[in-house]
Amino acid sequence: MTQLVSSNANVVVEQLRSWRPSSVTQVVEHRGATTVVVPKDQLREIAQFCKESPKLQFNLLSDATCVDRFPIEPRFELNYQLVSIPLRQRICLRTAVSGQQPIIDSLEPVWPGANWLEREIFDLFGVRFEGHTDLRRILLPDEFKGAPLRRDFPVEGER
Amino acid sequence: MTTVETAIGATKTMVLNMGPQHPSTHGVLRVLLELDGENVVTAVPDLGYLHTGIEKSCEDKTYSQAITLTDRIDYLNPLGNNLAYCLAVEKLLDLPVPKRAQYIRVMMVELQRISSHLVWLGTHALDMGAMSVMLYAFREREEILKIFERFAGQRMMTSYIRIGGVALEPPTGWREMVKKFIDAMPAKIDEYEALLTENRIWKGRLEGVGYLPAEQLIALSTTGPGLRAAGVNFDNRKMFPYSSYEEFDFDVPTRTESDCFARYLVRVAEMRESVKIVRQAMDKITDHGVFKAEAPGIIPPQREKMKTEMEALIYHFKIFTEGFSPPPGEAYAAVESPRGELGCFVASDGSPKPLRVHFRGPSFVNLQALPFMVKGQLIADVVASIGTIDIVLGEVDR
Repeated sequence: MTQLVSSNANVVVEQLRSWRPSSVTQVVEHRGATTVVVPKDQLREIAQFCKESPKLQFNLLSDATCVDRFPIEPRFELNYQLVSIPLRQRICLRTAVSGQQPIIDSLEPVWPGANWLEREIFDLFGVRFEGHTDLRRILLPDEFKGAPLRRDFPVEGER
Repeated sequence: MTTVETAIGATKTMVLNMGPQHPSTHGVLRVLLELDGENVVTAVPDLGYLHTGIEKSCEDKTYSQAITLTDRIDYLNPLGNNLAYCLAVEKLLDLPVPKRAQYIRVMMVELQRISSHLVWLGTHALDMGAMSVMLYAFREREEILKIFERFAGQRMMTSYIRIGGVALEPPTGWREMVKKFIDAMPAKIDEYEALLTENRIWKGRLEGVGYLPAEQLIALSTTGPGLRAAGVNFDNRKMFPYSSYEEFDFDVPTRTESDCFARYLVRVAEMRESVKIVRQAMDKITDHGVFKAEAPGIIPPQREKMKTEMEALIYHFKIFTEGFSPPPGEAYAAVESPRGELGCFVASDGSPKPLRVHFRGPSFVNLQALPFMVKGQLIADVVASIGTIDIVLGEVDR
């Protein structure tokens, strides 16, 4: 089961808390991996801090993906896997996005590599990224209707 | 597919469509090139021609059934895909894997790395006009596929790595077979190098082509040989060891030039390191022992037990009809595939089918760097750059 750790589990959480106490909503320690749940409206600033703070140096955005928890609201959960190559650290940033207004700040200004990862999420989940330079479908054709990886989209496709 | 509007310059640029049926795009990749004479002004990759919705299909399968789909993502590295997926599910289940099974996994994945690099070397040399290397490279790859066939009964879509271990006990005579191959392999790599490394045409086509500085590659999330050729020593096997890689003695080859030639040298050196790892893994795999974990209700029981024990029969029936339900949670497992970091994200809601399976394909992410690599270079250099990024379209589009 998911364990909730309230103490400062590691240096990343400590750094974030001392930088801005409101930046960490929850810390999830699960099977040796740390996930920091952050408020949606602070995501870009937190990402910027994680990248630039000399004690964190998360210079590589390895992966960004979305989980649809339909019918629970807020239904979308975005997971960003960060890697610090100099410090050999991994962390996951997580934030929730509501289904009524699936809009969130893009991380492309922080890590240009977020470009295609966010386009993929936009394409398959219909989550929009504010501040993305090139937000259009990447895998599916432009005329495709709907977002196929949403849980309410049938596996066989729309008939 | 996506229509790409290229900003056409004032007078003298033209737009050329490369692909999706172009032999040197290694599958169905389409690149729109805006050209000034023969120089590339902008390059816009257009993907999705091979999108098969594997991630969606996984959500409708049980955890064990989804393994067969993972084979088809990166079809040059099916065992690596199996491994990434199984590691993620094992993390969800908190299921320890026996050491012997881990070593078998390492051996198979490293053989797969050699075979993937061989396909890369052969096809890339073909793109650059060196026909004969392809014939040599595929000769050795055939031997690896024969080994896989003996182990798993399949040459390519092996599904050999399963949750909790591997599918089958290694076949009789596997040791001689693998040993014969790895004893011969270093001399074969020398052969490829004799054909290419000092070859003036090869060097002329690759040296100084597709250069990007390390900082930019990191910013663009590039991993794998492309990043290591820029002097960044990032390899998941060393940095975040999985499957007992920390017990193996090997080097991570790096270069600093960050051009197509450096990427070639890194991959050739990686093949030599893989041979070393396979040899060590062979010594570690004992002749007798278990090849999968003992976990009733999750891992299918042995055939003999099913005929004598009632519980075993019930578990067998339940695993193959209903499946098993990992506790709710998320897990991300990253392995070093021949192309870079292959990540698998699995989320469970406590039901027998995954809530979400996501693959972070290194080909997909690395391809982002292409427009920056080819800017201002010739069309022929686009071919070289696509080649050395080493994309597999099955993984790009999933």
